[in-house]
Amino acid sequence: MKKGVMRPGHIQLRVLDMKEALEHYRDLLGLIEVETDSQGRVYLKGWTEVDKFSVVLREADEPGMDFVGYKVLNNQVLEQLEQELKEYGCQVEEIPAGELNGCGRRVRFDSPTGHMFEIYAEKEQTGKWGVKNVNPEAWPRDLKGMKATRFDHCLLYGPNIEGTVKMFQEVLGFDIAEQVIDDEGKRPALFLTVGMKAHDVAFIECPEPGKLHHASFFLDTWEDVLRAADLISMEDVSLDIGPTRHGLTHGKTIYFFDPSGNRSEVFCGGDYHYPDHEPVTWTADELGKAIFYHDRALNDRFLTVLT
Amino acid sequence: MSTQTTAADIQVHRVQVVNRNEEYQCREDKTLLVGMERRGAHAIDIGCRGGGCGVCKIRVLQGEYERKRMSRAHISEAEESSGYALACRIFPRSEMVIESDHYEPATRQSK
Repeated sequence: MKKGVMRPGHIQLRVLDMKEALEHYRDLLGLIEVETDSQGRVYLKGWTEVDKFSVVLREADEPGMDFVGYKVLNNQVLEQLEQELKEYGCQVEEIPAGELNGCGRRVRFDSPTGHMFEIYAEKEQTGKWGVKNVNPEAWPRDLKGMKATRFDHCLLYGPNIEGTVKMFQEVLGFDIAEQVIDDEGKRPALFLTVGMKAHDVAFIECPEPGKLHHASFFLDTWEDVLRAADLISMEDVSLDIGPTRHGLTHGKTIYFFDPSGNRSEVFCGGDYHYPDHEPVTWTADELGKAIFYHDRALNDRFLTVLT
Repeated sequence: MSTQTTAADIQVHRVQVVNRNEEYQCREDKTLLVGMERRGAHAIDIGCRGGGCGVCKIRVLQGEYERKRMSRAHISEAEESSGYALACRIFPRSEMVIESDHYEPATRQSK
């Protein structure tokens, strides 16, 4: 948090069919549907999230991610970071307040990996869904599906992840929590945090720019992950892999695909990070175990299927 | 609640995959890809199963099918009109002859 970036705030995903996408994100993941805007984009959030929305779905011809946004402490930080991003050499675009319903002015910028990122300071706070902020009950009764609690992070693929990560470290104040180092000293995978979480965003090196590997949502317990796996079978949803555990971050996880082929993750647990911690390192000769701690084998589909 | 349907009510079509010298039977209510997976055949590579990643790109040489929307990043309009498709987005309506392995792995990491 040393530069004033607080947390992941929203991700806009492209889907081929909005009705099918809502069956996935609302009915299966259990996100709360918030509203539809004048462009037809649908806004959702996890029930524990205080801000109005965290997931925006846009119907389009090509699935994938439009952008991911991070919330900063206040407008002074937003202005400061906007200036620093320009000085760093980013292409910076200002998105006016209200372009996303309930969200203040956004500063959008490009990156060496070909992804679009945003920062913003203000978003309408509607509170946790279904529970009050004073003497709150443990959870709301009428959640659907996997009952995902929040949008947690995304994993992005593109060229020159060292370039994007340098920008995230130097301009935005993210730390490297975990890394993979190969025999030549190159780092094909970098996991970044801006708080205590094991990852707020992660990058894997790949020649094609701007690709999404997955958007991830947090569950409380391993039992919840197994229940998510049951729902994936009951609904005949496209499974990728799991339930299993990662070596990297040690999260307990399952991966599956939305009806447009964007990969989703729900997970629980995982390591924590403080700013004085050295990055956790996995060596490339143990990459199988780093990715899937139980199988300990590389999985071609997991590593190469992207939108 | 989902409608109960017996397998006998659903038409099944033969799918020949010429480049892999394989064939399998695919139900009309399953995509060519999922139909293949259900039969345990290994004739088309499996990716996201949602029309997004392009891994199951095929060319249809013969046969009728219905299609759902698929990513323009992988099937251009010109390709669509010359029979290219993602196997996870098309449903057989007759016997089909297809060629798999048309995915160009631009996204694959060099290992």
